[in-house]
Amino acid sequence: MNQPSENPIIWDTQMRNCAGRLDRGAAFAHGREVSTDDITKLLEAVIEPGDRVCIEGNNQKQADFLSRSLLKTDPSRVRDLHLLQSVLALPEHLDIIERGQVSRIDFSFSGQQAGRLAALVEQGRITIGAIHTYLELFSRYFIDLTPKVALIAAQAADREGNLYTGPNTEDTPAIVEATAFKNGIVIAQVNEVVDKLPRVDIPADWVSYFVKAPTPHYIEPLFTRDPSHITEIQILMAMIAIKGLYAEYGITRLNHGIGFDTAAIELLLPTYAAELGLKGKICTHWALNPHPTLIPAIEAGFVQSVHSFGSEVGMERYISARPDIFFVGRDGTMRSNRAFSQAAGHYACDLFIGSTLQIDMEGNSSTATKGRIAGFGGAPNMGSDARGRRHASPAWLRAGREALRNGTMPRGRKLVAQIVETNREQMQPAFVERLDAWDLAESAGMELPPVMIYGDDITHIITEEGISNLLLCESAEEREQAIRGVAGYTAAGMARDRRMVENLRDRGIVRYPEDLGISKRHATRDLLAARNIKELVHASGGLYTPPRQFRNW
Amino acid sequence: MEQFTLSYKTSPRLQEGHPPQLCGVVASGNLEVLVEPLDSADLCLIEVNTSAPGFRLIWEAVLSDFVERNRVAGVRISINDAGATPAVVGLRLDQALDAYRSAV
Repeated sequence: MNQPSENPIIWDTQMRNCAGRLDRGAAFAHGREVSTDDITKLLEAVIEPGDRVCIEGNNQKQADFLSRSLLKTDPSRVRDLHLLQSVLALPEHLDIIERGQVSRIDFSFSGQQAGRLAALVEQGRITIGAIHTYLELFSRYFIDLTPKVALIAAQAADREGNLYTGPNTEDTPAIVEATAFKNGIVIAQVNEVVDKLPRVDIPADWVSYFVKAPTPHYIEPLFTRDPSHITEIQILMAMIAIKGLYAEYGITRLNHGIGFDTAAIELLLPTYAAELGLKGKICTHWALNPHPTLIPAIEAGFVQSVHSFGSEVGMERYISARPDIFFVGRDGTMRSNRAFSQAAGHYACDLFIGSTLQIDMEGNSSTATKGRIAGFGGAPNMGSDARGRRHASPAWLRAGREALRNGTMPRGRKLVAQIVETNREQMQPAFVERLDAWDLAESAGMELPPVMIYGDDITHIITEEGISNLLLCESAEEREQAIRGVAGYTAAGMARDRRMVENLRDRGIVRYPEDLGISKRHATRDLLAARNIKELVHASGGLYTPPRQFRNW
Repeated sequence: MEQFTLSYKTSPRLQEGHPPQLCGVVASGNLEVLVEPLDSADLCLIEVNTSAPGFRLIWEAVLSDFVERNRVAGVRISINDAGATPAVVGLRLDQALDAYRSAV
């Protein structure tokens, strides 16, 4: 009992290890500042084999210079890495795997690299720990996947190493907090080194090194949708969403997915929704990236508040000029934060609505296709019932009443809607008997088919044929028919039991445009508050500056 | 290219004598629909010209639903299709018939 042991336990091995790394790194740094030419040597000095390394790859902002520098390191020294990062966005992220320096990867989203990643997995050249949602991966940074080395991106550093991340703060706070306070090394690439920062987003004390990148970090304009590509079918679906869902439940707090279907809804708020007298009654508070297509609704006074996961290229001046709407620092630029916005979307929004590629007859939806490991991003967090939520709102309570089957305890329910055209281009059906996710799981050796939104989380499905309310279905059989009943002329839709669907329609579970008092004749592009990018610029009073690829005038 | 004509026997029309109406354009993924009066009051004739062969069963399903949904009779409908999805076909047909019925 309480005898001093002969070999006392050492409680600060990690701290000593970190100090050793900093000692080795000191040879290549002046204080915290590393010169551009020395960055590869610094990485070789501070990274050890087997390290968990987070290369900041956000949805938008990319630590691209540090990624390229990692590729120049000696593979005999920098090896056996375990990459943990939210997004595998850059070719370099896959190049480092191909060079054999990475043995394992945990991530959330791979987007453009999905095909290459699937090939590397099939060749056995990389093991995937798990594919996460953003919040899930950030959470694991603080439990069992804490980075040893974080390579991050910021707009600017001062001489001390304080960082200004600006509008695209995104994942940086979550990554740095986990790394810096668990004896890790934080290395930041910055676009410029200045004497005084506009504001401090990350204090110097949490930063080990910073380096000025030869070129500004890459930012992907991921949330810009050109209204000129919005179709009449998408406009019809937007009318169904606004009248059959938003107005019905009085949804004020929400998150929209990325895509033209939801962009159409945003552009119908100042026109169609306003005509229905819904201004001030729906869509007032958002967890949303600064979508350019939301500008007309903001200008029309529909929107009261928007918190963002990241920023959007070209929206900076507009955001700065609308601090009543966006979260803007005293310096005049926005601060985004992916972790907080994801939590906000999960707990404080009453509706998530997004598009998908495939929905099966249980309502499970997936964007996975064979040969592509694309991951999840944030949709599963937005698009699931928040079981830990305890505050009430009218929309949440109504959905909860509709869902109540057994027992008597009242409880609310998040509204989770999928909005999808029944056939995509080349007649690819959005409704299927079996998701491609099953094949992908088999070919990539996954434990689970990658499902974006589970069927039991979905409450509504909207197509051009109509809207189904799955909350009101009394049985699995009714749910299936409610899904087939809006599945159009896909094989799954044509296999419907017409009598059952008519019965569901009589009970208001399946509703078609005519049941909602929507005239399809009005589903024209004239309803869009802006019909092209130029009109968005005009609506913003010239404050929105679209990226070059979206300018055609 | 595929071409076929479908004929639907329905209950007689109530209104008559509207001027022909053209709706939509022949562009990729789109279609053009012409609605004209027909002498037989209890008949709906639909002629389909489509650039995408092999979808006749889906056309029949879309068109019979359209005729039933709108109780279409006493009209001839001509369709020039450039690979529109069933969703676009249904929407355009509804729009064309709406325009026809409200034309004086």
